[in-house]
Formats: sequence, C-alpha cells, structure tokens
Amino acid sequence: MPEPEAIAVEAAAAPAAEASSSAGPATSWRSRRRLAIGAVVILGLLAPLVVQNFTIFQLTMVMIYGLAILGLNLLTGFNGQFSLGHSAFYGIGAYTTAILMSQNIAYYWTLPGAGVVCLVVGVLFGLPALRLQGLYLALATFALAVAMPQLLKSHLLEALTGGVQGIVIDKPDPPPGVPFNADQWLYYFTLAVVLVMFAGAASLVRSRTGRAIMAIRDHPTAAAAMGINTALYKTLTFGVSALYTGVAGALGAIVVQFVAPDSFSFFLSISFLVGLVVGGVGSIPGSLFGGVFVLFVPNIAERVSTGLSGAIYGVILLLVIFIMPTGAAGVLRRAGGWLTDAWRFLETQSKGRRTS
Amino acid sequence: MRNLTRRSILAAAPAAMAFAALPARAAKKYGSGVTDTEIKVGNTCFYSGPASSYGTIGKSEAAYFKMVNDQGGVNRRKIDFISLDDAYSPPKTVEQTRKLVEEDGVLLDLNPLGTPTNSAIQHYLNSEKVPQLFVATGASKWDNPKKFPWTMGWQPSYRSEGHAYAVHILAHQPNGKVAVLYQNDDFGKDYLNGVKQGLGDKANSMLVAVASYETTDPTVDSQIIDMKSKGADVFVNCAIPKCAAQAIRKAAELGWKPLHILSSIGNSVAVTLKPAGLENSKGIISDFYLKDPTDPQWKNDAAYLQWVAFMDKYYPDGDKTDINNVIGPSYAQTFIQVLKQCGDDLTRASIMRQAASLHNFRVPMLLPGITINTSPTDFAPIKQIQMGRFDGQRWQLFGPLIAGQLPA
Repeated sequence: MPEPEAIAVEAAAAPAAEASSSAGPATSWRSRRRLAIGAVVILGLLAPLVVQNFTIFQLTMVMIYGLAILGLNLLTGFNGQFSLGHSAFYGIGAYTTAILMSQNIAYYWTLPGAGVVCLVVGVLFGLPALRLQGLYLALATFALAVAMPQLLKSHLLEALTGGVQGIVIDKPDPPPGVPFNADQWLYYFTLAVVLVMFAGAASLVRSRTGRAIMAIRDHPTAAAAMGINTALYKTLTFGVSALYTGVAGALGAIVVQFVAPDSFSFFLSISFLVGLVVGGVGSIPGSLFGGVFVLFVPNIAERVSTGLSGAIYGVILLLVIFIMPTGAAGVLRRAGGWLTDAWRFLETQSKGRRTS
Repeated sequence: MRNLTRRSILAAAPAAMAFAALPARAAKKYGSGVTDTEIKVGNTCFYSGPASSYGTIGKSEAAYFKMVNDQGGVNRRKIDFISLDDAYSPPKTVEQTRKLVEEDGVLLDLNPLGTPTNSAIQHYLNSEKVPQLFVATGASKWDNPKKFPWTMGWQPSYRSEGHAYAVHILAHQPNGKVAVLYQNDDFGKDYLNGVKQGLGDKANSMLVAVASYETTDPTVDSQIIDMKSKGADVFVNCAIPKCAAQAIRKAAELGWKPLHILSSIGNSVAVTLKPAGLENSKGIISDFYLKDPTDPQWKNDAAYLQWVAFMDKYYPDGDKTDINNVIGPSYAQTFIQVLKQCGDDLTRASIMRQAASLHNFRVPMLLPGITINTSPTDFAPIKQIQMGRFDGQRWQLFGPLIAGQLPA
C-alpha cells in the first residue's frame, strides 16, 4: 500500500528528488520518499512567512479539510465502508471544542476531548452499522448528517450548544515570546496536529491492523476465513475515522472562531466525499489534495461566473473525474513515473556521452 | 531596528499627510479601497446552497449599483460592488469576508446576508474596525453600538414587530387573553420577547398560552387546540408560512375567531394565505414596511414605476413579484445616502459616523411616511411599521405608523 503515497509525495516535491540524485540511481523509494516528505514539510513551515494572513487562513483550512477527508478515507478508501455522515462527526468535534472552550479550557486541551467524544460516537454508530452494507450504510449515515443540525438546535441541548445562535470562540493568542501573529500561530499549531495525524494514519495503514482493515475491504469473506475479526475491525475503523474527522472539526472551530448548526449541514458531507474522490480513494496524501479542491474550487467557479457558479463547479468536477479518474494521487503517481523515466533517460544519455 | 523604523514612520506620517494635504482640498480622506474614481464595497450573499433563493437580494443590489455607475456614480466615484457567495455556510462567510477585507481591501462589508453567517464575522469585523453595515437579517442583536460599534442592522427587528403587535393589542383589546405561537429558535424568541416587552406589566396576566413549534413538526394542530381551550381571544401567529397556514386553517376548522395577528415572516398572500384558504384568512392583520410589488394599490405609484423601470433595464431576469428584489435596491439607496453624507471623507470611521446620523431619510419603496433614523446610540435604521388587514383579496393598510420603541 505505501507505494502510491510514496510516488505522490515525491512528485509533489520534484526538486527534492533532484537533490537526491547525487546518491545515484540506486536511491531507494524509501529514502526518496523521506526526502520528499521533508521537502513538503519545509515548504509547509516556510509558507506562512511569505504569504498574507488571509492565505495563511486558507491554507490552514485546506489542512483541516484534508484531515477530515483523511478520516473519511480511512473508512471508505481503506475499509470499504461508505459514509455520508462525516459532517456530523466534524460537527461533534467542533461543538465539543467550542463548548469546552466556553468553559475556559485551553484550546489545545480540547482536541483530545473532541477526538475521544468522536471515537466513542463513531464506535457506537459503527455497531449497528455493521449490519448495513454499501448503499444501506450510506443511507444510515446520511440520516445522521441530516439529523445533526436539528439536534444541535434542539431545546434539550440549547444550554450547551447555544441553539441556532451557535457559540462564538475567542481567537487563541500565540504563546508569549513566539514571534508569530495569531493566524501564523494557528497555522503552525494545525500543521503540527495534522502531521502527527497523517503520520499516525500512514503507520496504521502499514501495520498488521491496517492490512486486516484492507483485507476486509478487498474480500470480507476471505478476510473472515483467515481469522480476521471483521466486526471488531469494522467498528474500530468507524471509530478511528470519526476521531480523525472530529479532530479536524475541532481545529476548524478554533480557526473559524464560530460554530453554528448551519455550518455542519449535509452539504459538508458531500464536500468531503467529493474531496475524497478527487484526491484519490485510498491515498493518504491524496486527502490533502481533496482539501485543496474543497476549499479552492468553489472560489474558482465563483470567479468565472457568480450566477453560474454551481454549474461551473459541476463542469470542473466532471473534467477532473475524466482527466484524473484515479484522483490527484493517481495523476501524481503517473507523473512520478514519467519523471523517473525522464531522469533515467537523461542519465543514460550523459553516461553515454562520457564514455564515447 | 524594527521599532526604530516603525517609530520613524509614525513620526513622519503626520508631516507627510499634512504635506500631501496642502495642495488638495483639506477634507479629502480615504480609507481602504477608495480612490478619486472608485469605492470598493464588499458583500457576502447566498448564490448557491440551501438558501440560494435569497441570492436575488445581492443580484438586484448589484444591478442597482450598475445603474448608479452608469449615471456617473456617487460624487464621481463608481461603486465596485464585490459580492461573494458563502452558500449560507458560516465558515465560508469567514473565508470570503477575510478575502474581501485582506485581499480585495474593501472599504466596508455592506449588508452581508443571514443570521448565523453574520454572527460568524461580527467579532472579526469589529476587531478589524471594518463596518458591517446594514446587515440583511431581522435579528435584534445587531443594534448594540456599545459592544459592536462597527455593526448595524437595517430592517425592523422581529422584536420591534412583536412590540408593535403588543401596542396594537393594548389599544384594541386591553383585557384580551393572548396566545402566541412562535418558532423555537432565535427569531421566534425575538418575536415573543417583543410581545412580552410591549405588554409590559400586563404580560403575565394577559398571556394565557405561549406555545412553540419546531420547523420539523408535521402540524401545529395541538398547539391551536390548546390555545382555544384556554379561552384565548387574541392570537399572535409568528410562524413560517407552512405552519402559519396550518394554524389559520386549524383555527377556522375549530370555529375559533380570535383577533388574529400574523407576523411579517408569514404574511405572503401567495405562500401562506392561499394555501390556508383566502376565506379563512379574512380579517387577519399583519405588519408591513415595504411596498409589496404584488399589491395592486401601488400600480400607479411613482416609486413603484421607477422600480419597475429599473428592473426592466438592469435586472430583466429578476422576478418582479419577489419582495427580495425590492429589498436589494433599498439597501443600495440607503448606502448611497451614507456615501453622499460622507462627501470626501471616505474612511471606515466616517462611514460608521454618517450611517449613525441618518435623519428622516426616505427610501422610495418604504411605505409612505416611514423614514430611516439613526444616532450614535440607535443602530436600528427602520423602526416604523404599518398594520394591514386582509380583506379576502389583498392587504388593506390601516392606522398610523407604529414605531417600535425599544430599549437596547
């Protein structure tokens, strides 16, 4: 499984690949990938020092949506379970953070809280979902997404959730002595959380557990016959997936500084699903490209025509699906292949010249 | 080093400004987004998503600014109205608003649409000291100049409407037994609080039945039956069209004939009264502040004809039966008055100062006699409304203008 991600990251950082050439053609995928990831991280670290605050905010949101899509990807891409309900987990994470912060709990402590709450809700929802497959599971989770805004508005929870008014959150200040403004600080805070979560997902997928999760996707009966406890793994995957999306929601609440039921409508679930498919189903770095699409493409569509933004969004989506049927990750995989071929070609050429 | 530079700039700035001001007219002061020929104005609206039917407010407003620009602009400055889509999603509103302020450098955010969307940007705009002017929502919380000096509402708040109903009740049925039906959310509660405030000391004794509904409730029958059984003879119906129509129908079925006051959110003839039955709706009273383009009494009104001419030329696709297409240009007209009062002092602070000093300003499509008034302690531009009674065909306006006098 690590293969596509290796190539994807590598292609995203072509200069890094070039730098590694001094090690000769023997450079392995693994070390190249390390270099590539390093380059991406360095780029990520430098970005907020050169761009405007507004762009920093957008990049922060890209990472957050990317993380939410990664959560969905763990469930759909790696475990083969469909969900149209991830806006609900995103919303639960966001509200957990907002409620905790309004009780004067520091923002960074609210993330584990939001993660645990979503893990529990995800597992609880995953239990009955075990009996449902494919489209039926999609419908059940759809119900969750539709119910969530109304639950948040409900009478019973109003004391906690603020009803339709939502909850306004104060923007966290950077810790004293840190030479960043609030936007830069939140960016770095998000980057750190996202890096840890992505690394966690990558190692989960590569582990024994990850292989079990994927075996269930590829052939549930065979997986069960090999002794994999499918019920356990499916439920756990649901929980972990909800945890990832919930932590993304928590970060989103802190960065947007406001939660309201209307922020977590069913449309958000669809956005995540679109991001998942566009980024690449079953690709960890692809989730980040999904985040880029979710945030930027509606803006591009709007820039083309305000009146027809919906139609243009649709056209862009169709084009993307036609041009990149395997998602951004698939394209980068191919591009990575071409780059390697080109590099080898140049190398043999220059060698040939030297010997002649 | 950094401090030194900043200090030297600070020291140099007044001198430079004084120098620059010498040849020009003394009063010329520009904020972000303003030049001698242009003013950049930001806006967020719903052009996609679940509430996109409101998007026509932004479109009709943009069309109006186009007409103003074609006629030479305001003080020879054209208005560059940058209206972005937030799809009724608060996180998107934050993103788009930050884009408007930080990337496009607009002078102000003019009538951003929606209650949760405006809540999401209120802290940001106030901390950046960017006017959030004439917000397009009826919640009462926008009139709070002490806490949010950069935010101002426009339309009569739901609370001031509720207050006006109470004034009407006290005048006509001072010993009435009042029942209120409201939606269980912020604007429903705004109405209820307005009624309570208006009834004052008598609120406790007069209110015999207060019932809420959820937008998801299939019917409001049980609430109506309960109200009738408690002997209520005044019914304040603050429901969205679907539920308001159900309430009207149920009351008629039960033969319950209270003094029936219908709130403005549910007073459309086409959407509420027709489904409820025009005969059942006869005698209901409601409140108004704009000239409804479907009301035949305005068909020869000069302001209405001007509006039709504007719509034909600049927004031919727009629906001329949709009140939202009246609201958009009315926002624009109020804002243009603010710009005129600002003259060449076009800073953000000046915009707020002038927006808070509108005196008896008339927007043509407001009902006759209604004017816009603001002050540094009064950020609720439109407070007057007029009652109308349904005669089985259309709303007949009656009585004086009622001003909802609200303590903040």
